[in-house]
Amino acid sequence: MDTLRQLGHSALSFFERLGRGHLLFAAMLWRMPSLVRRFGLVVQQVYSVGVLSLLIIVVSGLFVGMVLGLQGYNTLVDFGAEESLGTLVALSLVRELGPVVTALLFAGRAGSALTAEIGLMKATEQLSGMEMMAVDPVRRVLTPRLVAGIISMPLLAAIFSALGVLGGYFVGVGLLGVDEGAYWSQMQANVELYEDIANGVIKSFVFGVVATWIAVFEGYDCVPTSEGVSRATTRTVVHTSLAVLGLDFILTALMFGG
Amino acid sequence: MTIGNPASHLLAEVRGLHFKRGDRVIFDGVDLDIQRGKVTAIMGPSGTGKTTLLRLLGGQLHPDAGTIVVDGQEVPKLSSGRLYELRKRMGMLFQSGALLTDLSVFENVAFPLREHTDLPEAMIRDLVLMKLEAVGLRGARDLMPSQLSGGMARRVALARAITLDPMMIMYDEPFTGQDPISMGVLLKLIRLLNTTLGHTSIVVSHDVAETAAISDYIYLLSEGKVVAHGTPEELKRSPSAWAQQFLNGHADGPVPFHYPAPDYVTDLLTGKEAR
Repeated sequence: MDTLRQLGHSALSFFERLGRGHLLFAAMLWRMPSLVRRFGLVVQQVYSVGVLSLLIIVVSGLFVGMVLGLQGYNTLVDFGAEESLGTLVALSLVRELGPVVTALLFAGRAGSALTAEIGLMKATEQLSGMEMMAVDPVRRVLTPRLVAGIISMPLLAAIFSALGVLGGYFVGVGLLGVDEGAYWSQMQANVELYEDIANGVIKSFVFGVVATWIAVFEGYDCVPTSEGVSRATTRTVVHTSLAVLGLDFILTALMFGG
Repeated sequence: MTIGNPASHLLAEVRGLHFKRGDRVIFDGVDLDIQRGKVTAIMGPSGTGKTTLLRLLGGQLHPDAGTIVVDGQEVPKLSSGRLYELRKRMGMLFQSGALLTDLSVFENVAFPLREHTDLPEAMIRDLVLMKLEAVGLRGARDLMPSQLSGGMARRVALARAITLDPMMIMYDEPFTGQDPISMGVLLKLIRLLNTTLGHTSIVVSHDVAETAAISDYIYLLSEGKVVAHGTPEELKRSPSAWAQQFLNGHADGPVPFHYPAPDYVTDLLTGKEAR
């Protein structure tokens, strides 16, 4: 009986949190237009969420591209198809790895930082203090961060993919002797603007919304103690990773399934 | 919703306030009057909901029953827009100071002006420096909150609370954890600002002597009720045993020294594990 009760309790609190999360998202959407006049707040956040994530994105993109070049070459060379290496690297990155790996790295680098920052602002009564100064923390603190995340993620994913293509080039063309002209021309011929690149951008946009939403919500909804903030930060990384991987499957099925 | 006469001598009126957190009753029928232009202290042991009372007055919490009227407006019934308008005329000093840690002292004090007004930069600078001068920290304008001592942080928070020239300021445990000098400075500031700016002050505290020295009127809260109220002199003569224990800091009295426990001798002799 106790197990049943506990199960019911966890289910209820899960749906309650889900509800609170959606209400907060609606509240942030509602406040977005008012940010036009305070765009400086968004720019500040694009710096801390996006620009400060650049290093990890650049380095990871380069290495992922290099590994793709190496693995792709070893497989393709058996079929005498190593000229297609450019296509393989570019499609893997633009369609899948760019948006997904960027979102996972974003959750670890920027998402956790957002949750910890907002959670600590709550724990140190800064959010309460704002409310008492008649400043709405959802408008002043949360919404600019959400918008910054949504702007930054597609840009970071694009940078990741571009660096990955270069990494594949260094390994494939530079080290393994794939023909340079073939690498670029195959890529140019087989990567479609709408089917591949646009779908990749849509994915990274969706991941940007979800990753930043989860991070901001976990911070705002955390128990305002050191333990509460630490748990919320962990939840941000875990939930974002699961959400991104799950959504990636759904989006891929919708975009490329038929 | 406007009730009564906004110009009356009472700035805030609380009637029949009931408030619960989970199963725990915090307020069980509290009545309070806050007089305009005076320093009203709300005292009581830790955990009696003094801070909760300030949050109820500021509209951050909603009562289960009863009315809370501030400047003629019933706070729990206000729309969020009206509530925010009312809050612009209230200042609150949090126990921790609640300074924004990513902004300098100057920017913290300028924050309400930047959020609520379109004043030119030169005027914001003058106003901020005037407020900082009033709390004696004009020279600390470029410091970050992490570089301030606890007492200085509270003074900066006080400067920020008076930036919009509010009609009332609520102080949440302003003296907790302060050394004698910081405490003296805060006491002087609270009284001085109240007199010179003519606003109303509500001080929540359990520091009896310090708070009584600057208050015009005191409410003593315990277990969800007002147990005694009056001017500091009236309270000293209060017949309430509870008030006498609290004001004089006696270890035993109506609030017992011992946490409820089974009989001592039986407990020792039976040798059973205490549960």
